[in-house]
Amino acid sequence: MENLPFSVLIISSIVKILFIAHLLIIGVMAMIWAERRVSGWMQDRLGPNRVGFQGILQPIADGIKFLFKEDLIPDHVDKPLYVLAPAMVLIPALVTIAVVPFGSSITVLGHEISLQVADINIGILYILAITSLGVYGVVLGAWASNNKYSLLGGLRSSAQMISYELTLGLAIIGVLMLTSSLHLRAIAEAQGAYPWHWNFLIHFPAFLAFTTAMFAETNRLPFDLAEAEQELVAGYHTEYSSMKFAMFFMAEYMHMIVGSAVTVTLFLGGWHFFGLENIGGPVWSGVISFGIFFAKTAIFLFVFIWVRWTLPRFRYDQLMNFGWKFLLPVTLTSIVVTGTLWIITGSRLVVGIGNAVAGFIVVSIVAGLLVMDAPKPAMQDSDNPLTPTALNAIE
Amino acid sequence: MNAEQILFILFGAVSLIGAVAVISFRHPIYSALSLVVTFFAQAGLFLLLGAHFVAAVQVIVYAGAIMVLFLFVIMLLNLGTLSVKGAIGGKLKGFAIILGILLAIEGIYIATNVLNNTAIAAAQPATAAPNTTTYDIGELLFSKYLLPFEVTSLILLAALIGVIVLVKRSSNDSI
Amino acid sequence: MELQYYLILSALLFTTGVIGVLVRRNAIIIFMCIELMLNAANLAFVAISRSLGEATGQVFVFFVMAVAAAEVAIGLAIIVSVFKHRETINVDEVNSLKG
Repeated sequence: MENLPFSVLIISSIVKILFIAHLLIIGVMAMIWAERRVSGWMQDRLGPNRVGFQGILQPIADGIKFLFKEDLIPDHVDKPLYVLAPAMVLIPALVTIAVVPFGSSITVLGHEISLQVADINIGILYILAITSLGVYGVVLGAWASNNKYSLLGGLRSSAQMISYELTLGLAIIGVLMLTSSLHLRAIAEAQGAYPWHWNFLIHFPAFLAFTTAMFAETNRLPFDLAEAEQELVAGYHTEYSSMKFAMFFMAEYMHMIVGSAVTVTLFLGGWHFFGLENIGGPVWSGVISFGIFFAKTAIFLFVFIWVRWTLPRFRYDQLMNFGWKFLLPVTLTSIVVTGTLWIITGSRLVVGIGNAVAGFIVVSIVAGLLVMDAPKPAMQDSDNPLTPTALNAIE
Repeated sequence: MNAEQILFILFGAVSLIGAVAVISFRHPIYSALSLVVTFFAQAGLFLLLGAHFVAAVQVIVYAGAIMVLFLFVIMLLNLGTLSVKGAIGGKLKGFAIILGILLAIEGIYIATNVLNNTAIAAAQPATAAPNTTTYDIGELLFSKYLLPFEVTSLILLAALIGVIVLVKRSSNDSI
Repeated sequence: MELQYYLILSALLFTTGVIGVLVRRNAIIIFMCIELMLNAANLAFVAISRSLGEATGQVFVFFVMAVAAAEVAIGLAIIVSVFKHRETINVDEVNSLKG
């Protein structure tokens, strides 16, 4: 935002806000379509393919259906909070994107405009702060529904989010130490053009922990205990219908998209890819850099769907064990190792190798301890003497 | 009236209204939410004061962690149906409010008069002071205030152990 | 913006917290009022830090937040155990040391 005239600043900001907000909403629709089609592909079936070419208009049909459904407010709910909750889920998901740099910069009419809505100094703290607010909507919606299953879902969700937020925050400290900045644009720029310089290799255990914690924060499948269908009907949004339900639904997908964008910025080099983002002059390089960022985010979103159909849901105690006994030690070790090796050697290669080795060691130690500590299952199936105790503990 | 004054009045009013709402709502969940609103308004005030890092930490720690814990406990104990007799009786309440008003007058007096005669008033670069950065805070924290910092970590450790002991004992009782 | 206005606001917030502690009998709300008072102190710290042009006040806010977090964890654990024993969190009814 350097030395732009005030009018240019206002107009460019409005254009950027409109662009990114609509992109997010269209992204949600695209994700709904992609999720169903990819799920179909992975399960060897077709998925929705009737509305429009290859079912591409299916999300619009869904939206129209949601709009015309009766907006039911049950009698036994706490009305103000019941109405407020969907908005409190949607808004944090929507405003996080404001600080994510989605490209380098673009020159229009002689003014260089950076492709980012708000370029603030404490960008990463802003993201952590806003993410931590997402839990309110879930918890309040659950409580206001005045429904046993909703409340259980809300309780599970709040405990889960508090636990995994720790990992989310600690996993990025290594990145911050090496960049010595909280500025998202600076973090993305510091990673450079080539994949072997990107943070996900230097901080490999932290990257895995961050990604896992993000799955938990978005309530996606291996961690979707807050809305586990078999146990809790639909969890915290059981009592919701029509557009209010659609808002919960959209918020989940927005969280996924924003989460992927943040991961790409922090760990996967932002808009850089083999220097491709620099070709094409001042106008096209901006467009290309945005395209690269978009592609990376899309690939990461595919991983979300992929994981959904690969891993089964955790049990609740497994979820807590995994968060506190695996992810937390791994991220803490990563901080210590990164700091120590960076001070001693100052070489990213050494830090990367050290991190990977330390992460492996910590995981082995914790897994070993858990295996030794695991209680024998109380209700052992006598027909099957080989109950895999160790496996249960590790999962 | 410039933008800063308007924002100060806005945030100040919101935080005061939120604070009054905390002590007047009957249901703890609404109190907790009012407190969250107050914390947000205070984060806004911190931003006005140029303390960006503190503002972000305020939202992360207070709104994101502490208040969620409060909500968690309120929901866990399901206090809504219990309905503790909300407040104390009429006479005592009047007495408490009179005491509070006296305290407020005292605080305002200190803020307006007494501080004028101290070093704080003498320093007064006031509006011209540059924004303190995260770097400044970090530097102070790990040099001049290293000992308090370590003591804080001990406090947190003690709290951690304390909570585990409390919870373990009560779960043994229930079994 | 003058320092005084921030300090007056801080005093008013603190007073609200004090009145809350005096008036309400619900242990959780009393707790929230204590948080409110700590926050009022934080506001004064940051305002004075700004007026002095150095970061020390903000460092203290950091400490206050850490202590508040510890206090909340312990306090809520105590409230939960008291509730398990006595089925109430009215501070007037919890008046004997023996559980």
